[in-house]
This record gives sequence, structure tokens and C-alpha cells, in this order.
Amino acid sequence: MTPNVNAALVFDRVSKSFGTKQVLRDVSFELPPGQALCILGRSGTGKSVTLKLIISLLKPDTGKIWIEQDEITGMQPNELSRVRRKMGFLFQDAALFDSLTLYENLALPLHRLTSKSPQEIDSAVNTVLLQVGLAADKTKMPSELSGGMRKRAGLARALVLEPKLLLADEPSSGLDRITASEIDDLLLQQKAERQTTIIVVTHDVHGARRVGDRFAVFDKGNLVAYGTAAEVERSESEVARKLIAEQ
Amino acid sequence: MFKVKKPFEFVGNVSLFGFRVVTGLFRSPFEGEQIVRQIAEVGSRSLPLVIASGFAVGAVMTLHTRSTLVMLGAAAMIPTVQSLAFFVEIGPLVAGLLVAGRVGSGIGAVLANMRATEQIDGIESLSVDSFKFLVIPRVVACVLALPILTLFVDFSALLGGFLSEYLTSRASFHLYIIRAFSHLDWSNFVAPTFKTTVFGFIIGTVSSYFGYTTNEGAQGVGRAATNSVVVSSLLIILADVILIKCIFFIFPESAL
Repeated sequence: MTPNVNAALVFDRVSKSFGTKQVLRDVSFELPPGQALCILGRSGTGKSVTLKLIISLLKPDTGKIWIEQDEITGMQPNELSRVRRKMGFLFQDAALFDSLTLYENLALPLHRLTSKSPQEIDSAVNTVLLQVGLAADKTKMPSELSGGMRKRAGLARALVLEPKLLLADEPSSGLDRITASEIDDLLLQQKAERQTTIIVVTHDVHGARRVGDRFAVFDKGNLVAYGTAAEVERSESEVARKLIAEQ
Repeated sequence: MFKVKKPFEFVGNVSLFGFRVVTGLFRSPFEGEQIVRQIAEVGSRSLPLVIASGFAVGAVMTLHTRSTLVMLGAAAMIPTVQSLAFFVEIGPLVAGLLVAGRVGSGIGAVLANMRATEQIDGIESLSVDSFKFLVIPRVVACVLALPILTLFVDFSALLGGFLSEYLTSRASFHLYIIRAFSHLDWSNFVAPTFKTTVFGFIIGTVSSYFGYTTNEGAQGVGRAATNSVVVSSLLIILADVILIKCIFFIFPESAL
């Protein structure tokens, strides 16, 4: 398959197994730049694995993945590092380094991956913290933050390198409706202001419908529906119709 | 407890892990800041334990050896026996085992927890080499800190031995120290102290291996900590036997 040069992300017949359990089976889709894709599906259907394949924390058994024009499945670590710099990842539990303060968590990638001066790093960190509403908490350790604050802190770390592609693994899980909505607002703001391509794995259909331009529904490792909300609602897959219609 | 189901595979994996540490040392970035942070961590965690243990073992050993040496009419040799025993063998071994218990378990647990909470994935996702950032500084810290901690064991043991001797026979500190070092050569002191760098490498590598490679979520944290201590301690004792033979080969006079 020749990649669509205009796509931000291309999956071409990607499969992934862990031992005898196949979690993704021949998954193919394309995502145009600047759009938000919400990945839905029941637990254990390969949604989080898809995100980890995109950022190359996992390698597919077969198939290819393109990030813009870069085919990442066969890349060497140095090349991979270059492609990863285009991406930000919000982990399900934020995955902040618990031995560093919030400020240090955000400054670390800037310090290591950019040639910014300490003043520029300070300014970039403060700007992002202000954006997510945590400017007053920058000296706190991750253990001192609430669940919602940790999610926002994780989002801040994902945004601090100004990624072109933002990946979020269940950004609203474990949060109340208002806090979840605030996280969705931040994602929407990022998409609108920076034209960031966003991929969100979520169980929150209400939030997904707010944020998503496109929806991918997984069932037992298969991509059973892909398209706009209206297209998924008309899908042949009963699972997809139920998931998109929930709430 | 740890069961080595596939011992050869395990040995191979740990060896490759150690080889990756050695080769990674010579590639930039050199993680100086992390290394300093980890040395401080290893030192601050171990120093009070090492000093207290050395002091206690020194005092106890003097109490035990005194009666035998007095019976043989060699009471004056108590400080010499004490210093030779500690500088040559007991100090390095006690320091190695204490650090394996105190620091090794910590390294295993911390890295396993970071794996379970996706912090290691988080580091990788930021284009930072997690192996260089997390593992190599810990191994280097153990290698550099252990000889220093060994000296603390040695000297605190001498102090403990002196206190025990002073309470029994009112020995003078000056005389005790003179006798303690009267039969101690550089070969008795330097090689055994520096062999602990190998112990440090074993502790750092084995503990990091169990923590970094675990894939069992929260359950793996406790298992990694336990395995780190058990396997590190065992390998330290085995390595000690080999290193003593090496030291005797390089410094034949110390074998006499």
C-alpha cells in the first residue's frame, strides 16, 4: 500500500498478538491532519495497544504504520526518536515521574530534547501549566495531585513539546463529568488553536462525540466501524451502533 | 521465592543486560546529573545501616575472638586480627550484602513500580532512552558507592572492636590503632576494597534487570524487590570466591 501523503496517520493491515492472544487483526485506516479520532470499544479489544503501536512502544507483528510520511515499524531508535518528537502521549494514569515535581516533569523533555535556554524552558513550562490550570501547583509532587489534576498534568507534559499528533489514553476515566469535560475542552482547544491531530481512546461516548471528528470502533481485535458519527451509527456492526449510541 | 526455571536463559538475559549497561556507558548523553543523584540516594540509604552494622559486627567479633586469643597468649593480636579480618574479607562482604538488601531491593521495587505505572513508557514516549536514564545511573552509583561504603564498614568495625576491647581491658586507642595497622599491607587493603566495585555492578545490574524487565503490574513490584535481594546476594557470595582467587593470583603475598 502506498501511503496517503496527506494523511497524518496511516494503519495498513496491522496485526498484533501477545502470545497466543491476537489483540489486533488486519487493522487499516487513515486519519487526515488536524482531525480528532476517537477509538471506542469494549475493554481488551486492542484500543490502548493501537496507541502504543502509533508511538512505537510496541511493534506490530505484521502491517505498516505511517506517521505523516514516515513508516515507523522498521525504524532504528534514532529515527524513531525524531518521529516521536512530533507526538505527545497522555497516559491513562498520567505516568508522571513520581520522583520529580510537576515543573520538573514538564521541563525534562524540553531540557533533553530542545536547545532552549533555561529562561525559555521556564516560560514554556509556565505557559502550558497556565493553559491546563495548574500554574499554582508546579512545585507539587505527583503524589500530591488529585486524579483530575494528574490528568491535566499528564496532558501538560504531552503538550509541552507542541506535538503535531496528540495521543490520549482514556483521558476522562475515573473523573467526574465536569472534570472530564474540562479535559475535553483542553483537547478541543488544542485542535482549534494548533490544528493538532488528536487520537483519543475512550469509553466516554458523550466526550467522544464532543471531541471526535471520526470514530473507530474495535471489537475482538477487529476494526468493525470507521467514519463520522453518522457513518458509525449506520454501521453493519451492532457493537459499533450500540457503542456510539450509548448515553 | 525466586525459582530459576530456565537458568541458562536467565543467566544469558542478565549477562546481555549487563553488557548493555557497559556499552551504554560510553554513548552520550552521559547522564551525569542522574548519576550524582543516584550516588546520593545509594549513600543516604545505606550509610547509617552500614555504619551501625559495621560497629556492631566489629564489637561482637572482638568479644568472640578475645577468649581464644587470650587462651593462646596472643591478646595483643586482637586489633591485628580484627583489622585483617575486616579489611580483607568481612568488610567488603558485609557491605555488599547490606547494600544488596537495602539498595538492591529499592532499585528493583522502584523500577518495577515505574514499569507498572507506565512511567518507563512515559520516558520512552518523550524520546528519552529509558535504559540510559534509569538503569545506567543506578548501576554506576552502586559501583562507585560500594568501595566507599566498605571503608565505612571497615572503620566503624575497628571502632566497635576498640570500644569492646576498651570496656574489657581499658586498651588505649592509640595502641589499638597502631596494632590494627601493623600487619596490614596495601595489597590487603586496596584489592579487597576495590573488588566491591564488582559487587556494586552485580547489585545494580541484577536489581535493575528484575525491576526494568518485569511485566506483572503491581504484583511484580514485590517480586522484583525480593528477587533483586536474593539473586544479588547469591551472586555476590559466588563472585567473592572467584575474586579472592584472582586477588591471590595477582598479589601472591596476600595469600600467605
